[in-house]
Amino acid sequence: MIRLQNIEKVYRTDTVETLALNKVSLEIAKGEFLSIMGPSGCGKSTLLNIMGLLDEPSKGEVKIDNQKTDNLSDKLLAQFRNKKIGFIFQSYHLINDLQVLDNVELPLLYRSTTAKERKQLATEALVKVGLSNRVKHFPSQLSGGQKQRVAIARAIVGQPEIILADEPTGNLDSAMGNEIMDILLQLNKNDGTTIVMVTHDENMAHKTHRLVRLFDGSQVQ
Amino acid sequence: MLKNYFKIAIAVLKRRKFFTFISLFGISFTLTILLVLTAFIDKVVGDNYPDKKRDRSLYISRISQVGKDATSSGPVSFYFLQHYAGSLKTPVKIAISSGFNGTNTYVNNKKIAVNYKYTNAVYWEILEYDFLEGKAFNKQQVDNADKVAVISADMKKQYFGDVPSVVGQYIEADNVKYRVTGVVKNVPITSYMTYSDIYLPYTVAKDGDYKNNKGYQGGYFGILLANSAGDVDKMHKEYEQMVSRLRPTEKWATNVYSHADTYIKAYVDTGDEKHSGTFIAITAISIFAFILMILPTLNLVNINITRIMERSSEIGVRKAFGASSSTLVYQFIVENIILTLLGGVIGVILSFIVLQIINSAHLIANLELNINFMVLFIGLLVCLVFGLISGVYPAWRMSKLNVVTALKAQ
Repeated sequence: MIRLQNIEKVYRTDTVETLALNKVSLEIAKGEFLSIMGPSGCGKSTLLNIMGLLDEPSKGEVKIDNQKTDNLSDKLLAQFRNKKIGFIFQSYHLINDLQVLDNVELPLLYRSTTAKERKQLATEALVKVGLSNRVKHFPSQLSGGQKQRVAIARAIVGQPEIILADEPTGNLDSAMGNEIMDILLQLNKNDGTTIVMVTHDENMAHKTHRLVRLFDGSQVQ
Repeated sequence: MLKNYFKIAIAVLKRRKFFTFISLFGISFTLTILLVLTAFIDKVVGDNYPDKKRDRSLYISRISQVGKDATSSGPVSFYFLQHYAGSLKTPVKIAISSGFNGTNTYVNNKKIAVNYKYTNAVYWEILEYDFLEGKAFNKQQVDNADKVAVISADMKKQYFGDVPSVVGQYIEADNVKYRVTGVVKNVPITSYMTYSDIYLPYTVAKDGDYKNNKGYQGGYFGILLANSAGDVDKMHKEYEQMVSRLRPTEKWATNVYSHADTYIKAYVDTGDEKHSGTFIAITAISIFAFILMILPTLNLVNINITRIMERSSEIGVRKAFGASSSTLVYQFIVENIILTLLGGVIGVILSFIVLQIINSAHLIANLELNINFMVLFIGLLVCLVFGLISGVYPAWRMSKLNVVTALKAQ
């Protein structure tokens, strides 16, 4: 499903060159639930961003669904992300000015759907994460766990084949974290969604199919 | 999609109320100045219908007799125009018309307010009214005191309704029936020297003022037409010399003042000899106001950049979920246009209020400003341009932002 080959990422400033990722190669199968662990600053999020086509590698190749992604235009990249990938972020990244339902509808705005379809799909996604009674609320009226559920609903509303989650339980207490993890496991099991999750939590990581460890930008496990 | 943009635009407006206030104030204030200014310029300078020969015309609108303790000032008499202005050598023609008077007439028991004025036959030669049908009355008809009339298109519609032709039909005004000889395009009331609903030969005037009043003051205006634009100065001087020779008719008066001025000067002539620079002052203030408008414009661009930059996290999220750069630029432009149009609506309302205040304060005699649709259209267009100018650059800059950087910004 996702194939990374010799990925390197170098951050350059005027005086310093930092190697964030060093020849990382990884193949993730369809339907797999993979977790990535490692100390802060080891390049986990950078790797996830490259997989999600949010960032470009300095060297190496990213293939998704056997399709090369380098040289895709801004418009095609946007379409690709829209159809194939759903993101979940540690700090939720909900749009505070929009109600829950509008937040969840967001990915559908960028494809040809009617308002009615959008509403229906968004409601279904919210039912899946157990938040169907909060559609008219604004993010500021929700708890951390509820916000993350909205974020999951937003990630799955477009029925992407891949979900990339960057420390989805990082800001939550363990009970909430477990609830969110359960939802992700269900998605993987029931819908066959491929999930890649960055985490600091060993317990969470051990619930997934496979664990990859990074250290100083290199893959160590 | 648009509904979503609208929602977010309104939400953003509510979020930073102070910014919103400054933005809206900037737009509406600028638009108000623009609308008032253009309404002023449009009426006073721009609209040369029906006196298209302004470049070789001089206007006589007032005559004043000034004494130590008193001043008497007003329009000139028919006698003055015919006898004194008529004696000048440079003018090739003199148009004479009265100010407009109001009366009521009735059609099917419905009361219609009517303004009528008297003119000589030459009036129709100097002024180029657009005749929608028929023609003006001629010298013969004036001399014969024929009861004939030229009416405005508005009057035709009000009095006769939507009929193709009314030439030859009769219109009643002030209890007298006049035969319509022609219908002309409307003249705005702000052009008070040429405006009327019904134009009649001066010889049918009931009060007989044109033959009985031998004084300087009366109820008439004059337009002197020179042979060419080059003769206007000469004509002006000749008129001034003629007036300087006039002796006051009132015992208390020591001086007589009257000017044959260009349209604008005559238009704002209040009869006050000491403050003839009124127009210059107004022009200077207008230019100053125009320069002032540049500041809110720049301010708006600046505020918009700050506002959009604040939303980098949202931009990151939208990009992550499939918005392309062009889609984002489009979104921000739509949002900005919503903001500017809102400011535009407030600006138009403010303009109406300001114009109302200016009109009721009578800053300049008989000057009535109102917003015309062209100005309104230009105003809204300016708003859109504002929206684009102040929105495009920040939106473009933001849309180019790297998603990862944008997401980190929260």
